[in-house]
Amino acid sequence: MSRAGTLAVSASGLRKSFGARLVLDGLDLEVAEGTIFALLGPNGAGKTTIIRILSTLITADAGKIRVAGRDVVTDADGVRAVIGVTGQFSAVDNLLTGAENLQMMTDLRHLGRRAGARRVAELLEQFELADAANQRLSTYSGGMRRRLDLAMTLVSRPQVIFLDEPTTGLDPPSRLTMWQIVRDLAAAGVTILLTTQYLDEADQLADRIAVLDQGHIVAEGTPAELKDRIPGGHFRLHFADGDLLRSATSLLPGAAADQDQLVLQVPADGSVDSLRQLLDTLHHARIAVERLTIHTPDLDDVFLAVTGSHAAGERDRDATTQGAAPR
Amino acid sequence: MTSFASTLSDTRVMFRRNLKHQLRYPSVTVMLVGLPIVFLLLFVYVFGGQLGAGLGPHQGRHDYLDYLVPGILLITLASVVQGTAIMVAMDMTGGIIDRFRTMAIPRSSVLTGHVLGSLLQTLLAIAVLIGVAFGLGYRSSAGPLRWLAALGILALAGFALIWLAVALGLAAKSVETASNTPMFLILLPFLGSGFVPTATMPSGLRQFAEYQPFTPVADTVRGLLTGAAVGDHAIVAAVWCVGTAAGSYLWSVRLYDRRRAVQPR
Repeated sequence: MSRAGTLAVSASGLRKSFGARLVLDGLDLEVAEGTIFALLGPNGAGKTTIIRILSTLITADAGKIRVAGRDVVTDADGVRAVIGVTGQFSAVDNLLTGAENLQMMTDLRHLGRRAGARRVAELLEQFELADAANQRLSTYSGGMRRRLDLAMTLVSRPQVIFLDEPTTGLDPPSRLTMWQIVRDLAAAGVTILLTTQYLDEADQLADRIAVLDQGHIVAEGTPAELKDRIPGGHFRLHFADGDLLRSATSLLPGAAADQDQLVLQVPADGSVDSLRQLLDTLHHARIAVERLTIHTPDLDDVFLAVTGSHAAGERDRDATTQGAAPR
Repeated sequence: MTSFASTLSDTRVMFRRNLKHQLRYPSVTVMLVGLPIVFLLLFVYVFGGQLGAGLGPHQGRHDYLDYLVPGILLITLASVVQGTAIMVAMDMTGGIIDRFRTMAIPRSSVLTGHVLGSLLQTLLAIAVLIGVAFGLGYRSSAGPLRWLAALGILALAGFALIWLAVALGLAAKSVETASNTPMFLILLPFLGSGFVPTATMPSGLRQFAEYQPFTPVADTVRGLLTGAAVGDHAIVAAVWCVGTAAGSYLWSVRLYDRRRAVQPR
């Protein structure tokens, strides 16, 4: 393959069962160097299992996996030397202080006393933990713990970082801070593979997204590509009364009216031309519109559309009410 | 860095981590050392008069103290390793162990760190108990060499029990379980020559008491400290200790490797 030289992670035919339960079913994955790749999926889709396999915590039943060009089975220690992992459950030592936790990492990475102390100070500063450096973790907030967790991962400047649900359980400000940290890391050339169940998180951060469902990748591409696959865009017109709504409905073929809410939903591709055309039509007919909103398909639509096929009835019902197009 | 030097360095980091944990949780150490002290006081001042009289004519409380000390020191070992099992289980149920396992550090260093930390704690506890025993009037006719040998066999027994506790801590599904499973170790010195001569026990129990591992250790320490002949007790004790340590070590490494590998999360 021509891109093989620039792949930070490549996995093919990844398969893993726990007992009788098949968790990953012949999955392929490629992450280009220096990019952010998001694995998106509901709980139980196999996201964490993939991270655990790629980070050498567990071994796959089948499949060929290379991280930073090294085989995770035959050169596990080689992989471990260049990766950083921040799991779903905070991997920090609760009985130590923040600074002691970081120092333990610099010691284990053999940075040496002076370089280690410098790196600890640097990371405490970078992650806004300097004030709490000598406090025990019992006094840390959830966001501080997560930042320390990530700082510990970054001690040795890893080439590839695995983040398993990095913002689960964080409050909105901490979440934004974490997003900025991830972007900064990617800007510095680090490859990041993260898992999330938040669609906006994948949309915000990732260069490429793989949608995972029941051990399969059901869709993969850039956020824009994924959204393109789903025709779900429309304009929503809000009217002052039912007469206006009825007049507008008769003018616009294909529009769906909601009499209770006085809303008309007009399918559109979201282009400026289609918007201008719509407004012209309404203007000429002298129909006043109270408010107009543009709905572009978001990852929710993508997600529901691509995972709906074999999901429970509840999710299908959601997909219908949210207006995602049938496949 | 050579792999040997890096193993040494990583083990030192883990050892330091364990010592910090002990310092941050002093109440645990106080409790673990307190238990054998309470037993010592109980057996000297409550039961000591009666039990001492049973040792032979013209014997009493003071003679029983001399008999009791090796048994109490074994109780001390058994008590301290309860903490080892709890610490290991706490580690395994937390996320930090997964971090260690995704780093290029020798897998043994985490466990060895616990073992070395506990060994230091054990030796300190033994020193405290011997100090208390001296305070109560314990006297030994043993010279420095015999004392050293006695401490050596206690350290070896401690080493074996610590590895056993590490394995029990790893095998436990929760911290609560880990604080219960090593309890039987505290009982074993009673079912041996720790507190009364095995000859006074009914047959059945006596056979068990004579052949269980705590008895040769207690007999060896007692022999060394009273100046009596040790005989082959020392060899039997050493074999038990080395066997237990080796078996528990292999079991521990196996459990550590398997740990979480089967969990679907």
